[in-house]
Amino acid sequence: MGHISQQFFDLGYLDTLASGDSPVHRLDPRVKLITTLAFIATVVSFDKYSISGLIPFAIFPAVQISIAGLPAGYLLKKVLWVSPFAVLVGIFNPLIDQDILLHIGSIGISGGWVSFSSILIRCLLTVTSALILIASTGFDTLCAALQRLGVPRPFVVQLMFLYRYIFVLMDEATRMVRAVSLRSFNSGAMHFRIFVPMMGHLLLRTLDRSQRIHLAMKCRGFDGHIRVIRFMKIRSTDIFFATGCLTFFIVLKYCNISYELGHLITRLIP
Amino acid sequence: MHMADALISPAVGGTLWVATAGLIAYSAKKAGNELDDRKVPLMGVLGAFIFASQMINFTIPATGSSGHLGGGMILAILLGPYAAFLTMASVLTVQALFFADGGLLALGCNIFNLGFFPCFVAYPLIYKKIAGENPSRNRILIGAIAAALVALQLGAFSVVLETLLSGISELPFGTFVLLMSPIHLAIGLVEGLATAAVVIFVWKAKPEILSAASTSTPIGAPPIRQVLIGLLAVTVITGGVLSWFASSHPDGLEWSMFKTAGTEELDSPPHGIHEALASLQEKTAFLPDYSFRSEAVPEQATEAPAEKEATWPAVAPGTSLSGLVGGALTLVLALLIGIALKRRKKVAA
Repeated sequence: MGHISQQFFDLGYLDTLASGDSPVHRLDPRVKLITTLAFIATVVSFDKYSISGLIPFAIFPAVQISIAGLPAGYLLKKVLWVSPFAVLVGIFNPLIDQDILLHIGSIGISGGWVSFSSILIRCLLTVTSALILIASTGFDTLCAALQRLGVPRPFVVQLMFLYRYIFVLMDEATRMVRAVSLRSFNSGAMHFRIFVPMMGHLLLRTLDRSQRIHLAMKCRGFDGHIRVIRFMKIRSTDIFFATGCLTFFIVLKYCNISYELGHLITRLIP
Repeated sequence: MHMADALISPAVGGTLWVATAGLIAYSAKKAGNELDDRKVPLMGVLGAFIFASQMINFTIPATGSSGHLGGGMILAILLGPYAAFLTMASVLTVQALFFADGGLLALGCNIFNLGFFPCFVAYPLIYKKIAGENPSRNRILIGAIAAALVALQLGAFSVVLETLLSGISELPFGTFVLLMSPIHLAIGLVEGLATAAVVIFVWKAKPEILSAASTSTPIGAPPIRQVLIGLLAVTVITGGVLSWFASSHPDGLEWSMFKTAGTEELDSPPHGIHEALASLQEKTAFLPDYSFRSEAVPEQATEAPAEKEATWPAVAPGTSLSGLVGGALTLVLALLIGIALKRRKKVAA
C-alpha cells in the first residue's frame, strides 16, 4: 500500500518539478537529452577500476540541480532506492577479486572493493542525471523532442498515451487494493485466489475504458496522430550549453583532474 | 532483472540500443500497417495497466515472498507481438525515466531482454503453438507458463551475457548463470501462472477479446522468418563489435590495473603530463593500436608474482594517496559549486 502510493507520488512530483522555470528548464529538450546521453556514455566508458577519474563528473549533476532548483535530497534518496541490482551484482567483486590494488598507510585495499566503489559511483552519476533530465523537462516535452529526433511516430504516440493513463489506472488499482485491505483487516498478504479476479477485473475495466476513450476520440476527430502546439527552436544558449558540456566531458575523460589536484596538494604539503 | 547503467560498457549498451531501435522501427511499421485507430488507445491503456498491475503483489504460499504479473507475455497475448513490443518498450522507457529502473544507456538492453524474448520468441513459437486458434483452459495454462518460463530464462541469460561482455562485474560466467537461472525459473513459474490465470479469467468473461487479438495479427511463416533473420543480423553485428572490443581488452578482468600501473612504474616519473599521456594512450588502446599492450601483458604476468610484493608497497602509496586526496577534494569542490550557485540564486530571488 505504501509502495503504490509512493510511486504515484513520485510520478506526480517529478511532473510538478518539471513545470518550474529556470535556465535548465528553458533549454531545448533535444539538447538536454543528447547531453545527458553523452554524459552517461562518458561515465560508463571509464575503466572499471576508476574512481578518481569519475568524481569530477559530479559537477554536472550538482550544477544542474542547483540551477534548476531541484531538491537534491529527494533525488539522492531515489537513487538509493533504485540501485539494488547494481549493488547485488557488484557486491561479488570484493569477494572474487582480492588482489591488493592500493595501500592507504598499511591497510591494503583489494581491487574488488575499488571496482565495487566504482560501480556505486557510476550508479549515482547515471541515475541522478536521468532523473534531472525528466525533472527539468517533463514527459510530454521529452516525447515531442523524441519525435523531432526521428523516433517513429507510433512509438511516441504510445508513450504519450501510456503516460496519460498511468495516473487513471494507478488510481483505480489503488482503490482496489484499499478495498481489499479494508476487508481483510489490513493483513498485508494477498492470496492468489484474490489476486487473479482482481487483476482480471482491472483488465476488463481497462479494456472498457479504452473503448470509451476511442469513442470520445472519434467524436473529436482523432486520426491516429497527436498534434502538439510547441515550437522548438535551438537558440544560442542551447548551442553554448551543448558545446560547453561536451568539451567538459571530453576534457574530464582524458585528464584526471582529481589526480592532478591531489598531486599538487600532496606535493605542497610534504 | 533490470540491467543498470553502472554495470554495462558503452559498446554493449550502444549495440543493444541500435538493435532495439531497429526492432522499434520495424514494429512501429508493422503495427502501423495493421493498426486501426482503435488499437492506439488500447495499447496506451494496456501499458498503463501493466504499470498498475506490477504494483500489486500477491503472496506466494509457504515462501514468504511475493510475485506480480509479468508484462511482456500478457501484452503479446492481448495485442499480438508488434503492438505488444511497442507497449512493453514504452513501459520500460517510463520506468527508466521516472523510477530510474535500469538506466538510459541500459534501456536498450532492458527492452531487448524483457520485450524481444516474450513478444518475438516465446509468444509465436511457444504460446501460439500450444494455445492455438481455439484455446481451452488447459492449453492457455500450459502455453502461458511454458512461454513465460522460456522468455524469462532467455532474458536472464542475456542479462548474464551483457554483464559479462561489459566486464564491470567480476562474476564468472558459470556462477552468474547458476545465480540467475534458478531464480528466474521460479519467477517465470509464478509469472506464468499469474498470466495464465488472468488470461483465463478474461477469456471466460469476454472470449471475443482473445480471439480478436489472435486473429488480427496472423503470424505465418514470413514474419517469423524475418524476425529470425533480423536476430541473426543483430547477433552477427553484436558478435563483431564485441569481439573487436574484447580483443582489445584480452584479459581485462584480472590484470588491466596492474598493466596500466606497471607501465607507469616502468618508464615515467609520476608527474602530470605524462600521466595524462599514459591515460590518453590507454584510451586509444581501444583502437587497433594495441601491440604495445599485448607485449606488456605476458611480461607483466610472468614477473608479477615475484615483483608484486616488492614494487607495489614501494610505489603505490604515493599514487593512491594523491588519487584519494584529489578525489575527495574534487567532490567537495563539486558540492561547493552547487551550494554556491544555489545560495546566489536565493539572494537574487
